[in-house]
Amino acid sequence: MATDTVRGARKVGRYALLVVVAAVVLFPIYAVVLQALKSGPDAFDHPRSLLPVDLTFDTIRSAWTDGNLGHLLLNSLFVSGMVTIGVIITSLLAAYAFAFLEFPGRQALFAIFLATMLVPVEVTVVINQRTANWLGWDNSYQGLIVPSLATTFGVFLVRQVFLQLPKELREAAALDGVGHMRFLYEVAAPLSRPTLGALGLFTFLGTWNAYLWPSQIITDNDHQTIQLGLNKLKTPNDISKFNLLTGGLVVAALPIFIMLVVFQRQLVRGLTAGAVKG
Amino acid sequence: MAYGAHVAQVRLESVTKRFGEGDDQVTAVDAVSLDIHDHEFMILLGPSGCGKSTLLRMVAGLEDPTSGDVYIGEEWVNNTQPKLRDIAMVFQSYALYPHKTVRANIEFPLKVRGVGKAERAAEAQRAADVLGLTDYMRRKPGQLSGGQRQRVALARAIVRNPAVFLMDEPLSNLDAKLRGDTRAELVDLHRRFDSTFIYVTHDQVEAMTMGSRVAVLNAGRLEQVGTPQDVYDFPASAFVAQFIGTPPMNLLPPGVLGTDDVQVGIRPEHLLLTPGGRLQATVTQIEHLGHEVLLHAESAAGRLVARLAPSAALPAMGDSVQLDADAQHMHHFDATTGVRVS
Repeated sequence: MATDTVRGARKVGRYALLVVVAAVVLFPIYAVVLQALKSGPDAFDHPRSLLPVDLTFDTIRSAWTDGNLGHLLLNSLFVSGMVTIGVIITSLLAAYAFAFLEFPGRQALFAIFLATMLVPVEVTVVINQRTANWLGWDNSYQGLIVPSLATTFGVFLVRQVFLQLPKELREAAALDGVGHMRFLYEVAAPLSRPTLGALGLFTFLGTWNAYLWPSQIITDNDHQTIQLGLNKLKTPNDISKFNLLTGGLVVAALPIFIMLVVFQRQLVRGLTAGAVKG
Repeated sequence: MAYGAHVAQVRLESVTKRFGEGDDQVTAVDAVSLDIHDHEFMILLGPSGCGKSTLLRMVAGLEDPTSGDVYIGEEWVNNTQPKLRDIAMVFQSYALYPHKTVRANIEFPLKVRGVGKAERAAEAQRAADVLGLTDYMRRKPGQLSGGQRQRVALARAIVRNPAVFLMDEPLSNLDAKLRGDTRAELVDLHRRFDSTFIYVTHDQVEAMTMGSRVAVLNAGRLEQVGTPQDVYDFPASAFVAQFIGTPPMNLLPPGVLGTDDVQVGIRPEHLLLTPGGRLQATVTQIEHLGHEVLLHAESAAGRLVARLAPSAALPAMGDSVQLDADAQHMHHFDATTGVRVS
């Protein structure tokens, strides 16, 4: 009986802690969404501004028009989509080579490859910017897309999954006359689908939210991504329109939010795949 | 297309396979020469690590011999890709494609070869009929039992109509009952398909019941090749004598019932309770197996096992007994090399 009480109290404590943590995480999101749904003056009427009353879509509508968000969203969608497809393809190809092909120096090459993960992006951004500039890729989609088409993380992740595939599958396929490319697209890739889904989702999110690289290479309006474009919604001289930015943030976050909800299972499965041998 | 439209012999000449380099080098297969005839069911038998699977994989082309020659038919195939060797292999783990249905698994080798859809479907259906898989064609391997998966692996092999079937311990993941049933089915399959079978196992019962001939390997070396009965009746070495037969042959220390340079071996069924027999022993265990009784006894020559009829007059535990065997049933092996002397 006493143990039951202790267990019950522990459970209540645990849940209370979870509620607090959830509140800490969710409150800023709640505040931003609420700000976006208030008219300018209402957004500063504290503490009433934190209550879900007097809601309006006017701010979001203004942000959409003033920031030309439709165009920015399309740009981000295109760039993120292309990078995602590219990363999946390059990760599959490179991971396949590291997992299935025998060649001299394979282990050493992979170690060097992995070591590049230790180099922070800030270190390479200047030289990358110069290279893109030399290629004439400033203010272009290829400038936004090509430097992100291959990632060490992607290759590493897919290689780990490939290494878990039974070697007999490759041998059986070899006996059947299946070449490397066919084995990759007909056997190895389909069997790695959960991981590829998670990789795709991560890549899409990362590209969608990228700010540093796009800010280095894009200066015109045509190629701006949503994250860069939100800058235009800042109104340093008119505090009453501050919540235009929150309206833009909500619009920018919405596609990502929908994706996360839709692919949540895929994401979890991809990250836990292979954790348990089965 | 009839199954088994072609036959092939497989010839291995002084085939050696070494793994690793320098001090870490291991010789998995040591100068093995073996002729496997057309339409033969050849068993490669030996304990774990004896090199039998490596030998099979060299026939398949999945491993390159360090030295020696492999022939399939009249063709020297050392440098021939696996897909061009006209072979099919069934793996211990079955190696089915888990994301494909049974039908797609069976059809896959034909699809790769560019066989048309209709012909592919017909061939797959035929193979499925042979192996009783018709009701499972839409399922995926994960939805099948071990025995069914094993059949799918067989179907995927026979659909290609290869000259040589290679099987690497295909029954070892099945339970005892299913293993017994499948043994009989494989023998039947071999009878129906005019192909050469090379079958790797460490299970002597499989070797004895299925093989046309058995090649016994030990530590990478070929100890003996012969029909199962020959190998049982006339083991070429002390190793073969002990490896084949359950319980294994009683191997007496040098000098007992023979000269000092010879070891005598006696099969349990030939070790008889004989008043005045030359081997004095004390009964330590009596196993009643229904159709036979195994009598275990401890003697100066070590532990002995005798196979007796259930109707025989049995001694009690702890009794002293005398055992002996007819001279014609004694096997003699060189005490140093283990090679059969007579």
